[in-house]
Amino acid sequence: MSSNKDMDLLLKIWRQADANSKGELVDYNVTGISPDSSFLEMLDVLNEQLVEKGQEPVVFDHDCREGICGMCSLFINGEAHGPGDQITTCQLHMRSFNDGDTIYIEPFRATAMPVIKDLVVDRSSMDKIQQAGGYVSVNTSGNTQDANALPIPKADADAAFDAATCIGCGACIATCKNASAMLFLSAKVSQFALLPQGKVEAADRVKNMVRVMDEEGFGNCTNTGACEVECPKGISLDNIARMNREYLSASLAD
Amino acid sequence: MSKLDSKIPAGPIKDKWTNHKNNINLVNPANKRLIDVIVVGTGLAGGAASASLAEMGYNVKAFAYQDSPRRAHSIAAQGGINAAKNYQNDGDSTYRLFYDTVKGGDYRAREANVYRLAEVSASIIDQCVAQGVPFARDYGGLLDNRSFGGVLVSRTFYAKGQTGQQLLLGAYSAMNRQIAKGKIAMHNRHEMLDVVIVDGKARGIIARDLITGKIERHSAHAVVIATGGYGNVFFLSTNAMGSNVTAAWKIHKKGAYFANPCYTQIHPTCIPRSGDHQSKLTLMSESLRNDGRIWVPKHKKDVDAIRNGTLKPTQLAEADRDYYLERRYPAFGNLVPRDVASRAAKERCDAGFGVNATGEAVYLDFAAAFVRYGKEKAHVSGLHNPSEEKILELGREVIKSKYGNLFQMYEKIVDENPYMTPMMIYPAVHYTMGGIWVDYNLQTTIPGCYAAGEANFSDHGANRLGASALMQGLADGYFVLPYTIGDYLANEIRTGTIPTDSPEFDAAEKNVTDTINKMMNIKGTKSVDHFHKRLGKIMWDNVGMARNVEGLKEAMAEIKSIREEFWKDVKIPGTANSMNAELEKAGRVADFLELGELFAKDALDRNESCGGHFREESQTEEGEALRNDKDYAYVSAWEYKGEPADAVLHKEELEFNDIELKQRSYK
Repeated sequence: MSSNKDMDLLLKIWRQADANSKGELVDYNVTGISPDSSFLEMLDVLNEQLVEKGQEPVVFDHDCREGICGMCSLFINGEAHGPGDQITTCQLHMRSFNDGDTIYIEPFRATAMPVIKDLVVDRSSMDKIQQAGGYVSVNTSGNTQDANALPIPKADADAAFDAATCIGCGACIATCKNASAMLFLSAKVSQFALLPQGKVEAADRVKNMVRVMDEEGFGNCTNTGACEVECPKGISLDNIARMNREYLSASLAD
Repeated sequence: MSKLDSKIPAGPIKDKWTNHKNNINLVNPANKRLIDVIVVGTGLAGGAASASLAEMGYNVKAFAYQDSPRRAHSIAAQGGINAAKNYQNDGDSTYRLFYDTVKGGDYRAREANVYRLAEVSASIIDQCVAQGVPFARDYGGLLDNRSFGGVLVSRTFYAKGQTGQQLLLGAYSAMNRQIAKGKIAMHNRHEMLDVVIVDGKARGIIARDLITGKIERHSAHAVVIATGGYGNVFFLSTNAMGSNVTAAWKIHKKGAYFANPCYTQIHPTCIPRSGDHQSKLTLMSESLRNDGRIWVPKHKKDVDAIRNGTLKPTQLAEADRDYYLERRYPAFGNLVPRDVASRAAKERCDAGFGVNATGEAVYLDFAAAFVRYGKEKAHVSGLHNPSEEKILELGREVIKSKYGNLFQMYEKIVDENPYMTPMMIYPAVHYTMGGIWVDYNLQTTIPGCYAAGEANFSDHGANRLGASALMQGLADGYFVLPYTIGDYLANEIRTGTIPTDSPEFDAAEKNVTDTINKMMNIKGTKSVDHFHKRLGKIMWDNVGMARNVEGLKEAMAEIKSIREEFWKDVKIPGTANSMNAELEKAGRVADFLELGELFAKDALDRNESCGGHFREESQTEEGEALRNDKDYAYVSAWEYKGEPADAVLHKEELEFNDIELKQRSYK
């Protein structure tokens, strides 16, 4: 941890007017940043300064600012969500940096996630993967069976929960040298593969989700494991292995 | 006033909902395909409603300002969801859940709505499990429960500290299935900026595409507002940065009454603020009060020593600690309802016993739980005479398995290890019980316009119990609105598609465009946040945890003056026809600057203390909140008349036939 002294920093931030424009890194100085402030609060300070000067503030995605909505998506000094294990950008605090540091701030990059403006990217391709099968086909009704009619071993329920904690931020995709969405996809496939509710549609689910992932232009998995390292929720590579098993058995059944 | 017809069905309370469902109009499946419904907001209420309506056959057009429906702020709810399942065999029932919720709301909720909420609560759990929501389970594979404040049973279902996330992802998955089928047209990164009313009925909305800035017209046979609460009027709250009142405020300006705006929940267990740079506050789930004990030092000298760092909280002897909730409320102890816990923390801190530099923090201490769980674990593991250190180690492991992510979140923000030193907490604005007035069918005072979830006012009275927000959002979205809206839509089967080229759409769009242009052309000197922070400060100081007549009058005047200054001096760089976060914020803050004044006006009118609303003029000799049922057992529904100060009050008198009104006691 650095000292409690306020910090002065040089920021090199990706600015891009819109999807069709060419972007570039622009230098900004910020001063008097409290080490207790979050990374996004530091950007708030910068933006307040830019507004005062009548310049357009830096646009970045953010919402809950407590690490759960998955909106924030910055590549900081070459790392998705910056330094630190299992945190989102909004949970990164300035005490992780030192006075006088230069910080590079870029958007999450992947062909399937084009830049919309500045640091904001279009992640609708990730929603499309979910729409291809990331659900159990059950309608709303007041007459589904009692929740306790179907006991589920605690270990399975816990493992399904761990997979289900993915926040859909896209750090895995931005980190992967192939821009693969395998960790993201496998987390949803695993959640349902581990639960009896998901078994009925398991084969179609995995095949359709993988098909859409390919169609949307995500790359293939070459097992580098970088996604797991940068995942803010610690989603395990085991999920990819499980997904591959599911995919293989679904394909063999054809 | 004829407009305020709550439409509560006749008959005994336990039969009202069943009878109502049996008697309301239905739309046949073929005709549902001819009907469009707009749903604004994709949190638990909006997401569940969108999915359910689409499954039934309606054409749904859903809107979210985020880039995906999965990011709505319901995602951040931590602790759990209540349901009267009685799986723990502790005597729970629909009636008990109903009773606890009405009492917890300090007898300011509508009985019939709350009973229905309790009645459908069990179906929510069944539905979510069927969707594959991974709730916590015990070793027998059955669902686990925990306790929350204000109740004496264990009825809260949970998924570690991420219950909201798991429930929202369940609703999101149900939406995805319908999006894939084309039954939901999902409009991400869109913000609703007005409602369109044709022949007295809500027929569509004007929305801004937040990427291109394009102003769009969308029509439907009914409009559902499920846009959450307005806690961000305080600037600092546990809400998401984008959470806003805009959709609710726009329908208010077009005729929807706004109910009980002053009912705000100040949540007792949040991470204290650390400085001026702060952009939001973070909640630590109330579930922590199951195992954490809240205290401050008994003596001022110890407070000083802790503040200047010469004494660590862990070094202070038991006898020198004041576990003030256990002292004041022995029956409920650390599990008193939120409003009571928050005021008690404020009372201690105002008296000078706050434990951090700002003087606004109390301890939430798990030391006793480490020992209790550690001993139990040692016993189970067959360890004889374990060392004290071993017991603590085992106990910390148990706590980690229960609240691991919360402890981790705390450490990331505060940079202190809560396994080794007590957490510091302080109350923060969290939830708004007030909202758009709705009848039993969740219809607002605009025909064809509905409000669901936190956006409406109906179920929590003056204070919401823990784990009841998720219950209400999903009850409205899955099990209430999809039925009740059919009663209205049954008359729309011959209407045909609503055209968007009518004079009403022209006028609404022009109104939106004019407002945006006006804002962009002010070209003043101060940022949007400048005004938002000033509004937040006056709200917190004068309309926060304790309110009095002078402070409220001052707040009304000052908010009006900030609003006037905003419209003369705000500075918004960039253009209106591109992505412009400052413009988005400006629109939201402009609405907060109107709502804030109505909020204070409502608080001024209610000269009683109830739930989250504490009027200093109305308290007992011991300083407890004093309700006044004779004069104030009504819902305040405000009609828009231009300036917020000119809003007209309509009263819906609350009738309690199934619960006896009592002064709440948690002693």
